[in-house]
Amino acid sequence: MSPVEHIKPGDWISILLGLLFTAWLATTAWHGGAADTAIIRSGGKIFREVPLSRDQIIEVPGPLGLSQIAIHNRQARIAADPSPRQYCVRQGWLKQSGEISICLPNQVSVELNGGGKRYDSLNY
Amino acid sequence: MTASTIRLAATPADHHIARMAALALGLSVLEAAIPSPLPGVKPGLSNIVTLIVLARYGWRAAAWVSLLRVLAGSLLMGNFLAPGFFLSLSGALCSLAALAASRHLPQRWFGPVTHSIFAAYAHITGQLLLVYFWLIPHTGLLYLVPIFATAALVFGTVNGLIASYYLNEPQTEPVKA
Repeated sequence: MSPVEHIKPGDWISILLGLLFTAWLATTAWHGGAADTAIIRSGGKIFREVPLSRDQIIEVPGPLGLSQIAIHNRQARIAADPSPRQYCVRQGWLKQSGEISICLPNQVSVELNGGGKRYDSLNY
Repeated sequence: MTASTIRLAATPADHHIARMAALALGLSVLEAAIPSPLPGVKPGLSNIVTLIVLARYGWRAAAWVSLLRVLAGSLLMGNFLAPGFFLSLSGALCSLAALAASRHLPQRWFGPVTHSIFAAYAHITGQLLLVYFWLIPHTGLLYLVPIFATAALVFGTVNGLIASYYLNEPQTEPVKA
């Protein structure tokens, strides 16, 4: 007996609904959230909150020195940082809402924020 | 001082539910040996037993089998009252709620595959809600949701097919309980 004989007509509808639902979840969870602001933190406190619409370079002081954060073309990155291993610099451009780049030694971070809080769409 | 004995009267129906739960337990122990790419993504083979019990003996029996399996399974795996136990429990409770609703669908059109898919989605919903509100209250969890949903669809369909195949076999008559 082939497995298809065990699937009733309504079961096909259920499978199709499941596929659509899963595809919808994937598009909302993975491609959502255009970012519109960058939250820059220093030592755990918000240093500045800047819009992504204007290209600029911001210098943030930390315990090791100045970190440079570049905003360009609706993206943000840490352009220069005195931390020894440069992880946050090498992370490159942040594009989507929720992305974050952290320089632990210099206690500086930049996080993209946009739209509403993401978990408002957490419905199943 | 006299030794007192506690005697529990077990009906044949109780024995039958215990046998079914033991079968489900065996499948969940078997499944624990299968490596998983992501915690929470697993086939849920023991739910095949739940589906068969639901079709043959009704929702109450299915609930007993499912919850006994969760309880005894956690004792066997050694995670009773640990986070893993509560995740199983919330998944099982949500699945049972989904099954309570989906079994009212017309049987002519909807079979175990539908029940299994609904139960699988309910299971992962229950688990993710518990994870979010209790263990990892972080929106990053959202990125994993499509993976869990895909797993729910695939394993839900496969488990439903297996249950359906079993129920349609002529040699698998219901036990008189």
